[in-house]
Amino acid sequence: MRNYLAIMNRELKSYFSSPIAYVVTGLFLLISGIFFYLLVTNFVQMCMRADMQAQYYRMAMPKLNVNMMAIRPLLHNMSLFALFFLPLVTMRLFSDEKKSGTIELLLTSPVTNTQSILGKFSAAAILYLIMLLFTGVYMVLLFVFGKPELGQILTGYLGLFLLGLCYISFGLFFSTLTDNQIIAAVSTVTFILVFWAIGWLSGMVNPEWGKVLSHFSLIEHFDDFGKGVFDSKHLIFYVSFIVMGLFLSFVSIESAKWRGR
Amino acid sequence: MIDVQQVTRYFNRVMAVDNVSFQVEKGEILGFLGPNAAGKTTTMRILTTYLPATSGTAKVAGFDVHDQSMEVRKRIGYLPENPPLYTEMRVQDYLDFVAKIKGVSPVDRKKAVADAMAKTGISHEGKRIIKQLSKGFKQRVGLAQALVHNPDVLILDEPTVGLDPKQIIEVRELIKSLSGTHTIILSTHILPEVSMTCERVVIIDKGKVVAEDTPDNLTRKLAGSQRLHASIAGPQGDIQTALEKLPGVTQVRQLGFADANKAQPFLIESKAEKGIGPELAKIVISRGWDLYELKSESLSLEDVFLRVTTTEEEVNRP
Repeated sequence: MRNYLAIMNRELKSYFSSPIAYVVTGLFLLISGIFFYLLVTNFVQMCMRADMQAQYYRMAMPKLNVNMMAIRPLLHNMSLFALFFLPLVTMRLFSDEKKSGTIELLLTSPVTNTQSILGKFSAAAILYLIMLLFTGVYMVLLFVFGKPELGQILTGYLGLFLLGLCYISFGLFFSTLTDNQIIAAVSTVTFILVFWAIGWLSGMVNPEWGKVLSHFSLIEHFDDFGKGVFDSKHLIFYVSFIVMGLFLSFVSIESAKWRGR
Repeated sequence: MIDVQQVTRYFNRVMAVDNVSFQVEKGEILGFLGPNAAGKTTTMRILTTYLPATSGTAKVAGFDVHDQSMEVRKRIGYLPENPPLYTEMRVQDYLDFVAKIKGVSPVDRKKAVADAMAKTGISHEGKRIIKQLSKGFKQRVGLAQALVHNPDVLILDEPTVGLDPKQIIEVRELIKSLSGTHTIILSTHILPEVSMTCERVVIIDKGKVVAEDTPDNLTRKLAGSQRLHASIAGPQGDIQTALEKLPGVTQVRQLGFADANKAQPFLIESKAEKGIGPELAKIVISRGWDLYELKSESLSLEDVFLRVTTTEEEVNRP
């Protein structure tokens, strides 16, 4: 436990003592903020138009749901931004240690591989959590000026967090494979994109296979979270995906020593 | 303390370490000598549990490096060829982190870090960021990192590389002062370093142990032959043949060119028990040549090293 915390703390300190954490968090907030602004102004315009129509036709004002029309698309967009930002956070986790030779310190210290993998994973997860918490400011604004539903937002955020952990766990895996950070990041983005888009293929193959493919799609599972529906099957899918990435990282580090690192 | 038995390591099909065996007693400093790519680093990496051996066993402090690697890791301090530094950290924080993952208890940690810094002479650099330190200081931080948990065994891969002459002397003194309480394996390709710091030498070449003894014994063993430098002015061909006819002489070589006095330097190797100096002087005088210099030379560790790591053909190649 102590080793795990030591490694997690060191990784966190290293994120925050270099520009990485600030740049990634800042830009993530910027791009999410732009989309938040666009989606909310769009929603407000729609409300005004609906209001005018209602008055014109002397009908009741239709119920427009801010959760479904602004927050849900925002969360979807954020899941895409995270796809491009998180590999930049994870790419250095093992690659950098390999390049600078500090991996020799780590692997000759009484620290198990599981401890170092989990320590690094948690550090990146915490940074991601911080990024998400800052976007919570946008939600607070919505609460000030409207009446969104809290439960749906929280479920959406839970989904977003789990989805991000999937990116992180495979980002970690790809960084164990190479001492080149760029290669680690590009492979992670590509890999995740494949698992993202795999659901789109489902329409092209026969229905049974299509169903299988859409089950493998990362974003299909996010859809319910975005709607505010919590289903354990999605949780299980994400957790398995995360564990798979961590397990592959473990295997990769263990097997590297036989190959000569 | 360290027991290496028939350790072999392949990388794909290439053999990096070939059936290496040696022992190190507690408190001893063992020099690990060899040309580049001889298998020094691989052997050390096997001892530090960084790499597994393809076959053979190695034990550190009674624990097997493969089966009980965590126990071994607690007891070794390792300085790899490139010091494993997190360059964005401050020296103090870095050493504190290393102490933490090496299992130093929170109570002792502050003192352990301070001690390691004092031993390596970096007490005043604690607040500096490692990135900004000079190469010499980085090397010292690397050394402090290996010492911080006061391990029984220290494994140092070329610890003096990149240091200036004064720092080299300091580091050697430090290593010497650590013997007795620590068992040390030190790899190097710098020979004087071994004769200065080590009690025993293992010479390794192409993955094999080719010699193992004290530096003095090694020199003596191979110094069965004697070497003589002589500068003689006279007809070169005659001198060469005359010298070769001296009793016990095995080889006569011309070294370089004649100097201003027209004296030609020769290197004479002989197997004779007593020196051939007097015989040589006699013959020079009787022929009426001029003798400008006569100097006997004992084989340095350097020569020993070359002899055991180069084959006959390579030596005799013109």
